Amino acid sequence: MSATGIGAAVRRKEDLRFITGKGQYTDDINRPGQTYIYFVRSPHAHAKIKKIDSAEAAKMPGVVAVLTGADLANDKIGNLICGWAISSKDGSPMKMSAHPAIANIKACHVGDAVAVVIAETLGQAKDAGECVKVDYEVLPAVADPAKAQGSGAPLIHDVAPNNTIYQWHLGDQKATEAAFKSANHVTKLDIVNNRLVPNAIEPRAALADYDSGTESLTLWNTSQNPHVARLVIAAFVGMAPEHKLRVIAPDVGGGFGSKIFIYPEEVVCLWASRKVNRPVKWNSDRSEAFLTDAHGRDHVTHAEMAFDAEGKITALRAKTIANLGAYMSTFSSSVPTYLYATLLSGQYGIPNIYCEVDAVYTNTVPVDAYRGAGRPEATYVVERLVEAGAREMNIDPADLRKRNFIKTFPHQTPVIMAYDAGDYNASLKKAQELADVKGFGKRKRDSARNGKLRGMGYSTYIEACGIAPSQAVGSLGAGVGLWESAEVRVNPTGSVEILTGSHSHGQGHETTFAQLVSQRLGIPIENISVVHGDTDKVQFGMGTYGSRSGAVGMTAIVKALDKVEAKAKKVAAFMLEAAEGDIEFKDGKFTVAGTDKSAAWGDVALNAYIAHKFTGAELEPGLKEGAFYDPTNFTFPAGCHICEVEIDQDTGAAEIVAWTAVDDFGTVINPMIVEGQVHGGIAQGVGQALYEGTVYDKDGQLVTGSYMDYAMPRADYLPSFKVDTTVTKCPSNPLGIKGCGEAGAIAAPAAVMNAITDAVGTENIAMPATPATVWAALQKAQPRQAAE
Amino acid sequence: MSKVSMTVNGKAVTADADARTLLVQYLREGLRLTGTHVGCDTSQCGACVVHLDGKAVKACTMFAWEAEGKNVLTIEGLAQNGNLHPMQEAFRDNHGLQCGFCTPGMIMTAVDMVNRKGHSLDDKTIREELEGNICRCTGYHNIVKSIAAGAKAMA
Repeated sequence: MSATGIGAAVRRKEDLRFITGKGQYTDDINRPGQTYIYFVRSPHAHAKIKKIDSAEAAKMPGVVAVLTGADLANDKIGNLICGWAISSKDGSPMKMSAHPAIANIKACHVGDAVAVVIAETLGQAKDAGECVKVDYEVLPAVADPAKAQGSGAPLIHDVAPNNTIYQWHLGDQKATEAAFKSANHVTKLDIVNNRLVPNAIEPRAALADYDSGTESLTLWNTSQNPHVARLVIAAFVGMAPEHKLRVIAPDVGGGFGSKIFIYPEEVVCLWASRKVNRPVKWNSDRSEAFLTDAHGRDHVTHAEMAFDAEGKITALRAKTIANLGAYMSTFSSSVPTYLYATLLSGQYGIPNIYCEVDAVYTNTVPVDAYRGAGRPEATYVVERLVEAGAREMNIDPADLRKRNFIKTFPHQTPVIMAYDAGDYNASLKKAQELADVKGFGKRKRDSARNGKLRGMGYSTYIEACGIAPSQAVGSLGAGVGLWESAEVRVNPTGSVEILTGSHSHGQGHETTFAQLVSQRLGIPIENISVVHGDTDKVQFGMGTYGSRSGAVGMTAIVKALDKVEAKAKKVAAFMLEAAEGDIEFKDGKFTVAGTDKSAAWGDVALNAYIAHKFTGAELEPGLKEGAFYDPTNFTFPAGCHICEVEIDQDTGAAEIVAWTAVDDFGTVINPMIVEGQVHGGIAQGVGQALYEGTVYDKDGQLVTGSYMDYAMPRADYLPSFKVDTTVTKCPSNPLGIKGCGEAGAIAAPAAVMNAITDAVGTENIAMPATPATVWAALQKAQPRQAAE
Repeated sequence: MSKVSMTVNGKAVTADADARTLLVQYLREGLRLTGTHVGCDTSQCGACVVHLDGKAVKACTMFAWEAEGKNVLTIEGLAQNGNLHPMQEAFRDNHGLQCGFCTPGMIMTAVDMVNRKGHSLDDKTIREELEGNICRCTGYHNIVKSIAAGAKAMA
């Protein structure tokens, strides 16, 4: 391993601009003559828009235009879409409502935009916005997903009776039912996977610039996938022909999924810019972000696990209600279906699984993918059932897991996924050693002496990522393929640019992708640039989410590098007057096999462009190759997290006193960056388990609407983490990469809640397990359901 | 629109500011120093931290006119003569940043922390002192490492 190759903890190349304040985030960018836009948003969760009077607002200082949903409809701007078709059990398609970028008929959630003001300054736009008179007819609202399907609930969209979007299922219902009938023990849990607000620290932003000279539009946008944004806005929203729209996602300050989707704001900025013939700039307030960024999770589940007399899991069944909010966001339909139910086997050889999912509309902010997207929900169900089952049957939770681990691969689960490679015993064993599980008993007694309750919880998670084989997802309803692209552009002077369809918003691609290229081509890492995020510069790419940039993005680079190497060898053959088949390439040098005749990378690159040694008929000049790589399978990172908590019995406050994570990500490109991904994921998972509660009141008002009320994890809420890895290489890509970006967020909630329920002695504790919640549980602690 | 003058990163500056212009807007829009960021609207996230007359303040929670005639140091003013400040180096060396958005505020808070609490900072102290800075990417583990290392290097 070289100091800058695969496996090295290379310090990040991109850091210089971030630590000196020279990053270029969307709100840092300004265009001459720009105007500022303010969105007038509904204060009601559900209301008919009867009339909008903008006369007074339009006359206020600095106002350039006041526009409404009616204006948008008149200009024939199309609606936003959900791009993944899910059908119900009866074969009927999902009930997707119209989602205009500015509400025209009625507002369906607090925060739904009803008008916009464009002005010379933001202050003027806000002042005028407060003078736009909207005449609402307030309607009853429903925020609770369990209530949304009830007969008393208000109908949100005519297209969806009982506010039901789809009623979907997966698995063998009959076989599962039979297995439950003959079970030796059944564990049952009612689980709420609490709604989260993603809260990347950079708020969303958009700057749209219409050029009337070329009749083209440029959009700077906080996007994780600029080409997808361009395609959707051009082809589905109909804003402009695709080749007349440039989308640039510059430095983006975190995404976690929330910046995948195509939102109303960027659509409106583009439309407004063309209408007023000036750039239009928008930056979200944090309170605005709470009301408009797609939220995450929000499942209500009843789950059951069947065991035989030896503690082998014979079946799992789950019924879930998934709250998708007021409109179907871009990927929303896929999260509680194909990204959730397909992971319900966990790390275990469960022979029978059946899962039903009802997706519903409510008068809340739309819900879509958020770090883990479906897999944290699945892991939580499986790992809580296993831990509760172990306690009920008086079996050590680690032993119960070991009895049920899948041990031979490939392994076909009953829920579509076929796991390719893994060693779940290895990560469990290593985690137990690192966590000193043997010493837990003593630590528990020491805690008790100090009046504290100590608990330990496991989470042996698995996920499907490296999203995804296009044919597979296409057959399941995806409207897009999930391949990735790369172009390797060698310059005459031998330096290299990698144009990647992936996007980095914190993942360090400028470093890790360069590490791959540096090792493969044998050139210094300083001679390599990674270019991403601009649809004018980079070929179509699907973007970054679903822990795919290593497995899919880097494999596309490998394929392109294969082509570059093949062509460079041809050039070298002409230079060295040898047969192409005799040229070997290693450590940046081309050699004629069995001789000491060689040519350095730099000379070969130059020769490719000077082209004096060959004719264009023999070989085209230049050295630039591209590849589009479609993965052949999902990848399956898996591991074991162990959480230890100490609970203060007087206050219910739970402190995480130790965290051990042993993950199998296959090949690791940069261990420093991978650990950072694990840390960040765990923090978000801990946030879900202990701190982050999104509260709507019965009228659909978002009570937790800012950082005053929504508890973001701070540094003193979290411990340091012990992080290590085991490795089983991924067999489906040449680098053996599984991916790591979401693992922490997937594993963590179950580990925390297994630890807390262990300490308290009752299963019925909801997330977030705030001090009040834990304290209440302590007062009510019931004896565990004894094994039959 | 009136004008507000102050010293920023050692330079005398003047820019337009009305009564409600926040210091962070003055820096970002008036002076085009965009290294100081806005991440929230309730003064919790700390992405806007700068130094005012040598002390850390949240630039989103004061008006530009309150800084009239005072000395402001932003992230852009930390590196001197092309040399990174030891705290900046420490963040890079210890992977104390991922997306970079909270980073300027983190670094400015960290430097102020060392100024107040000295060069030997333990984990507990650093974590408590970071109460006013939120990061969504790193889980804080490497930020704490970076600050401990930067504190030592500043000695």
